[in-house]
Amino acid sequence: MSIHPAIQKYMETQAAAPLPAFVPGDTVRVHVRIVEGEKERVQAFEGVCIARNGRGGRASFTVRKISFGQGVERIFPVASRAIDHVEVLRGGDVRRAKLYYLRGLRGKAARLKERTAPTGKA
Amino acid sequence: MVKGILGKKVGMTDAYGADGAVVPVTLIQAGPCVVTQRKTAASDGYEAAQVGLIEFVKPSRLSQPERGVFEKHDLPPCRLLREFRLQPGDGDVKIGDRVLVDVFQERDYVDVVAVSKGRGFAGVVKRHHFGGGAATHGSMFHRAPGSIGASAFPSRVLKGMRAAGHMGAARVTVRNLRVVTVDAESNLLAVKGAVPGPNGGYVWIRAALQPPRQRRGYAGSTTVDPLKASKKRTGKK
Repeated sequence: MSIHPAIQKYMETQAAAPLPAFVPGDTVRVHVRIVEGEKERVQAFEGVCIARNGRGGRASFTVRKISFGQGVERIFPVASRAIDHVEVLRGGDVRRAKLYYLRGLRGKAARLKERTAPTGKA
Repeated sequence: MVKGILGKKVGMTDAYGADGAVVPVTLIQAGPCVVTQRKTAASDGYEAAQVGLIEFVKPSRLSQPERGVFEKHDLPPCRLLREFRLQPGDGDVKIGDRVLVDVFQERDYVDVVAVSKGRGFAGVVKRHHFGGGAATHGSMFHRAPGSIGASAFPSRVLKGMRAAGHMGAARVTVRNLRVVTVDAESNLLAVKGAVPGPNGGYVWIRAALQPPRQRRGYAGSTTVDPLKASKKRTGKK
């Protein structure tokens, strides 16, 4: 089913500033705005993008990192106002779109080869 | 001004708050509408405005009396007509007045009424949220209602016993939805949360009859954690 033109138009009003291009496997640093009482500060969440989900205005991506030995994943809507900006740090050479297999790996096994050639997608 | 409007449900999507919140919204193509009849305390015993949704209608789809009314007042033909009660402060409302989405503002509370999706003859699990039985492990009890009462006494089934039957396709009101966006240009309304009925179904929207009370911690105020509400707060007053 195609998207209703009214929804399409509404989502265009909801769009945030575009993010740099990155694909699953890339290491990214997401700068997240955090409001604490009156003050607002920016905190970075750095990890591997393991999935990009959805299309259009409701798309999201998942970032996984190991924090004090514990795997942590965060799902960000692409249009989220909480994202200040995103840095793409390193390309990863992967063969699939969803890297959920990384959840079962740790340490050396969970490393990704660096991608040198540009992907057609990114 | 009439505090209500008719429209069609477009569908659901997300809105993004400035604080990073994701708000589920239902888009409604609301109006333009026109006042087609005025009920007054003098002639009808109550004050209300009958409102029609302006859309393309084949004249042959309307009854002759309906066509007569539209012709008499020089109104566009409407298929959907609904009444909205008028309150003393609503001002002067006349036949032919336009009713547009700008009757509502962002952050207003509205009630949304629509006909829910028909579920046909539904069993007791879907209709009354019965638990049902296990699917496997030799269970011979799956989605049946189970016991519906005792035996010799009372020798009948008590009235109101929840049972299978027709579900849905009934008028449903959802109260106190928050208006997220009002787009007067394209007659689009975004309300927070879900609205009954299928996409493309008719909905009627009125100002909330019983909006949440304005008290500390009510939905929409900045919630105060009673454990963390410091002395400073009371001290300031």
